[in-house]
Amino acid sequence: MSKLSQKHLLGIKDITREDIELIFETADNFKDVINRPIKKVPSLRDVTIANVFFENSTRTRLSFELAQKRLSADTINFAASTSSVKKGETLLDTVNNILAMKVDMIVMRHASVGAPHFLAKHIKANIVNAGDGTHEHPTQALLDAFSIREKLGTVTGKKIAIIGDILHSRVALSNIFALQKLGAKVMVCGPPTLLPKFIGQLGIEVEFDVRKALQWCDVANVLRIQLERQHIKYFPSLREYSLYYGINKKMLDSLKKQIVIMHPGPINRGVELSSDAADSQHSIILDQVENGVAVRMAVLYLLAGAKG
Amino acid sequence: MQKKLILDSDLLDITISRLCQQLIENHNDFSETVLLGMQPRGIFLAEIIHERLQKETKKSIPLGYLDTTFYRDDFRRRQTPIKANETRIPFIIEGKKVVLVDDVLFTGRTIRAAMDAMIAFGRPATVELLVLIDRKYNREIPVAADYVGKAVNTLPTQRVLVELEAQGHKQNKIWLINKD
Repeated sequence: MSKLSQKHLLGIKDITREDIELIFETADNFKDVINRPIKKVPSLRDVTIANVFFENSTRTRLSFELAQKRLSADTINFAASTSSVKKGETLLDTVNNILAMKVDMIVMRHASVGAPHFLAKHIKANIVNAGDGTHEHPTQALLDAFSIREKLGTVTGKKIAIIGDILHSRVALSNIFALQKLGAKVMVCGPPTLLPKFIGQLGIEVEFDVRKALQWCDVANVLRIQLERQHIKYFPSLREYSLYYGINKKMLDSLKKQIVIMHPGPINRGVELSSDAADSQHSIILDQVENGVAVRMAVLYLLAGAKG
Repeated sequence: MQKKLILDSDLLDITISRLCQQLIENHNDFSETVLLGMQPRGIFLAEIIHERLQKETKKSIPLGYLDTTFYRDDFRRRQTPIKANETRIPFIIEGKKVVLVDDVLFTGRTIRAAMDAMIAFGRPATVELLVLIDRKYNREIPVAADYVGKAVNTLPTQRVLVELEAQGHKQNKIWLINKD
């Protein structure tokens, strides 16, 4: 009746437009559930999910954990920093040991590109990619597109500019795939050093001037400058970046049009986005966080239910 | 595939009138009563009954839709998950007399799930069940309807098909279908 085409959610690249729409329709219902007096449904009560995080996360891990709890799943959490990974255990051994404890699903974040794809080849459990290096972050892209759909009614035909550190961003790539599948026009904008060389070949527009990008778009998805991934200097200073690419409320007001501001968090306030812009009426940043729980519930529900 | 007509348009009309009268008998002025139509097919019957009751009593009666998908007991036991429908209960059910409305009562499992789903919105004073067709001898759990349009003897292999004008059919007709 309603089934995803994939057994795992490894990336947006692997799923279809129909999959995305099914996730959205299911998430609509879960959004209703999490706003009820009793915010919980018993659907996944016989499912155990391990959240395996080899990289730090606040929002994504909390959001996944909350989604799992709202679905009545049992959860275990694993953070690499406090585990035997430090003693030299391999990824596959770590995960197989977790699965030996009768775990049905794995939600994994890993610093290495392709880590969840590698796991999917070797284990039976459903895998949800919660971010692999600079590659994909599918649930973030889904909740971003879901939030645009909620705010603007549809994603199809809308113009979305992704602004900031595209080079180190897994959110950017997943967003590009998701938005293109849903029929939106996509632009990336940032300093040339922070844009991947051949990004234009994905069929998107590339812009270096943030004002032109804002003028063009209906929605600006502003990304964080990922200093922790930048091992060399990509721009002279944060102050200079903020002067050329930082978005503030004055700029938004001068556009004289409706614009939606999104950010996947955490925000570097005063760098890519000023406080007055982040907290303005243009911003749907906190809606994104709320929708994140509903969208992740939908993904977990549809993956867990597809077993038959 | 054999089809047998259980209720035609005229008979259905009389049946629905009777169900409404029974409700009026038990619920007085409906000041404490709310109707909940069960998604996906019970909502059409609920809307018809709601309209008639409001006409008869000249009172405004709250009507909501209840979806049981996330509360079902067969999740992960089917090949594919069931698609969810909208739940819309824009009123308080705590302390109210709830009437659940569905088209067909078969195994009773949907009603069990419905009670779970309903409790998430509060604790009603009483819960009653109204069904148009009661398929006797097919219950898998102890559930009984308080208001029954028509009780029918059916085999588990048969199917009851409800065609209502509200669902886009030409005429109100209810069929019993033999699957070959």
